[in-house]
Amino acid sequence: MPELTSSKIPVTVLTGYLGAGKTTLLNRILSENHGKKYAVIVNEFGEIGIDNDLIIGADEEVFEMNNGCVCCTVRGDLVRILDGLMKRKGKFDAIIVETTGLADPAPVAQTFFVDEDVQKNARLDAVVTVADAKWLNDRLKDAPEAKNQIAFADVIVLNKTDLVSKAELAEVEARIRAINPYAKLHRTERCQVALSDVLERGAFDLDRILEIEPEFLDAGDGHDHHDHDHHHGHDHHHDHGHSHDNHGTGGLKHYHDEDMQSLSLRSNKPLDATKFMPWLQNLVASEGQKILRSKGILAFTDDDERYVFQGVHMMLEGDHQRAWKDGEARESRLVFIGRELPEQTIRDGFESCITT
Amino acid sequence: MKEFDPGEAASIISVTDKVRPVAIGMPVTSVHFIGDHAVFVGAEKSVAMVSGQGEVSRVSVHGGGILCAVSDGRRIVMGGDDGRLVALDAKGEITLLATDAKRRWIDNVALHPEGAVAWSAGKTAFVRSGRAEEKSFDVPSTVGGLAFAPKGLRLAVAHYNGVTLWFPNMVATAEVLEWAGSHLGVVFSPDNKFLVTAMHEPALHGWRLADNRHMRMTGYPGRVRSMSWSVGGKALATSGADTIILWPFASKDGPMGKEPAMLAPLQARVSVVACHPKQDILAAGYSDGTILMVRLQDGAEILVRKNGTEPVSALAWNAKGTLLAFAAEDGDAGLLEL
Repeated sequence: MPELTSSKIPVTVLTGYLGAGKTTLLNRILSENHGKKYAVIVNEFGEIGIDNDLIIGADEEVFEMNNGCVCCTVRGDLVRILDGLMKRKGKFDAIIVETTGLADPAPVAQTFFVDEDVQKNARLDAVVTVADAKWLNDRLKDAPEAKNQIAFADVIVLNKTDLVSKAELAEVEARIRAINPYAKLHRTERCQVALSDVLERGAFDLDRILEIEPEFLDAGDGHDHHDHDHHHGHDHHHDHGHSHDNHGTGGLKHYHDEDMQSLSLRSNKPLDATKFMPWLQNLVASEGQKILRSKGILAFTDDDERYVFQGVHMMLEGDHQRAWKDGEARESRLVFIGRELPEQTIRDGFESCITT
Repeated sequence: MKEFDPGEAASIISVTDKVRPVAIGMPVTSVHFIGDHAVFVGAEKSVAMVSGQGEVSRVSVHGGGILCAVSDGRRIVMGGDDGRLVALDAKGEITLLATDAKRRWIDNVALHPEGAVAWSAGKTAFVRSGRAEEKSFDVPSTVGGLAFAPKGLRLAVAHYNGVTLWFPNMVATAEVLEWAGSHLGVVFSPDNKFLVTAMHEPALHGWRLADNRHMRMTGYPGRVRSMSWSVGGKALATSGADTIILWPFASKDGPMGKEPAMLAPLQARVSVVACHPKQDILAAGYSDGTILMVRLQDGAEILVRKNGTEPVSALAWNAKGTLLAFAAEDGDAGLLEL
C-alpha cells in the first residue's frame, strides 16, 4: 500500500560517458553550500577531491536474477551498499550513485524494482546523464553505452557547450532528441546547472507522472515538436506556445536515430483494462529487452481514476493515481523508449485495447 | 496479555510480565552474550553492554556503521564501514584486530571455535589464526557471507554464483560449489555434513558436502536474513516468511524431498530466529514486534513480547539457555530469565 515516499531516501543515478563531466558535477554537489548531506557511491575512489566518510567505492557487480529473464539484472553491490548505508540513516539526506562511463543504467534502476529491502528504504529519484557537447555525436555512433545513457535519462546535462559552435550544439541536441525527446535537457559549461534541476526530480515517482510530453527547449531557441504521432490530434495543453512552424534559425533539425527511438501512443477513447493489462505485460515480456523505459497515464472504461505505470525493460509498476478531474480530458498516453522498437506491432496492439 | 490481539491467539500463554525492559537508546542490529553480559550491537558506532543486574554501559567500537558482528561467547568481533575490525571482550575492552589498507568496508566476519577469525572486504576474504600470519583469498565477486566449518580450518566464502571452500593452511586449490545467483549468507550444519546459503532472492540453497548434491529450499515471500540451527543440528530455523520455517536436517538426506515445518504463523513476517542451545525450543521475532517462544515438536507458543512496534532485529540466548535477550530496530530491548 502507498507508503510515505518522503520517508524513503532519494537516490540519483549519475551516468555519462567517459570525460563528459560526471566528476565535475559530483564535486559541485558535494562542495556547494546547500545544507544537504549526500552519500555518494562512486565507481572509482580518489577522483573526488573531498574527504567524506559517506563516499563509498563500488564494483558495479551486475547480477542476473534467477528468473530466466536475461535482461533482469540488478546491481548486487548496490543492494549491499544501500543495506550498509541504512545503518547510518539520518546522517545523510540523499544518495548519489555514479556509474562508470561504460555502464548501462538499467541494472541500477532495476535494483529499485526488484529488491524488497532497497524498496523499503530508498527510492529512485532520477537518472541524470552528463553528455559532452563536443564528443557526444561521435560516441552515439561508436558507443552503444552512450546511446543507452541518453535513452535512459530523465535529465540530460549537455556539458561543455562552450567548446562547440551554435550549429554544432543544435546538431547534438537534435541527435539527443531523436533518441529521447522526454528528458529535461540543460546546457552547461563546467556542469553549471542548478542543483535543483538534477536532484529531487521525482522522475520515478508514480504520483509525479503528471504529463507525458516531449520536452521543449526555451522559447528563444526555437521549438522542436518531436512527437511521432501528430495524427492523434493536438489537444494537449502545453502553455509554452505552439510553434510547429518555427524551425528557423536556432531551431532543431529532425533526426531519426537508426536504432534507438521513442514511440508515443494516445487515445481519447477509454481503454479496456482487461485487454490492456495483459497486452502490456506480454509486450514487456516479449520485447522488454528492446524497451528501455516506458511510462503511461491511462483512462480505463468505467474507471473514474487515472491509472499510471512506468517500467524499465521487463519490469513494470503501476497504480491508480487519482480521480480524473471534472472537465479533464480522459486521454490515455503511453511512451516507450527503446532499441529497434516494433512500432507497428505496438501500435496495432494498443489500438486493439481501445474500447469500442 | 489482556491487550494482546485476540484475533491471533486468544488463549496464548504469556510471559511478557517477566521481561525486564532495557532501554538501549539506539537502533540495534544484533545481540550476543559474552560472560554474563548481554551486548546489544548498535547500527553505528557503539554497543550497549547490559550486566546481569541490568546496568547499561555504552562502549564505542567503530567510527561509523557497524556492518557485521559475530560472537563465540567470549568475545564479539565486529566489522565497520570505517574499515576496522575490532573485538570486544567481556570486560568491555576493545582490541583492534585489523584495519583495511584502503579503508574499505568490512562486510562480513566469522569466528572459529578455536580462535581463528575471518573477515572480508570487497572480493577478498582474510583469515588469521593464532599467531600465524594473516592470509587472504580473492573470490570472483564481492563476498556475501563467511562461515568456518565446525572441524578443521576451512572457510566457506559465499559470493555470486556459488560458495568457495578455502583451506587457509593448505596448498590445495579451493573448491567451488556452484549455484547461479547471489549468495549472501552461509552456514555449515553443526555435524559438518551440509552447507546452506541464504540467497539474494527469497530462497536458501544447500549442498550435501559428501557428494555436493543440491538442495533447493524455496517458497519464501522475502529474503532470509536469519538462520539458526536447533540443538544438535537436527533442524534449521529461518526467517523470511509469515511462519517460522524449519527445515529438517536429522537424516543423511537433509531436507531433500521433504517439506519444512511451518510454526507460529502470524500476520507478520518472521524477522529473526534463535534456537535454544539445550532444548528443542526457539525464539522468533516478527516484523510487527511480536516475540514468541515456540516448541519445535508441536509448535506450542508462549508470548514474550506483544506486537505493535518496530520489527524485532535481535534475539539471543545465553550459553546455558537461561536468558533470552531481544531488541527491536528502534532499540527497545529486554531480557527474559527462564
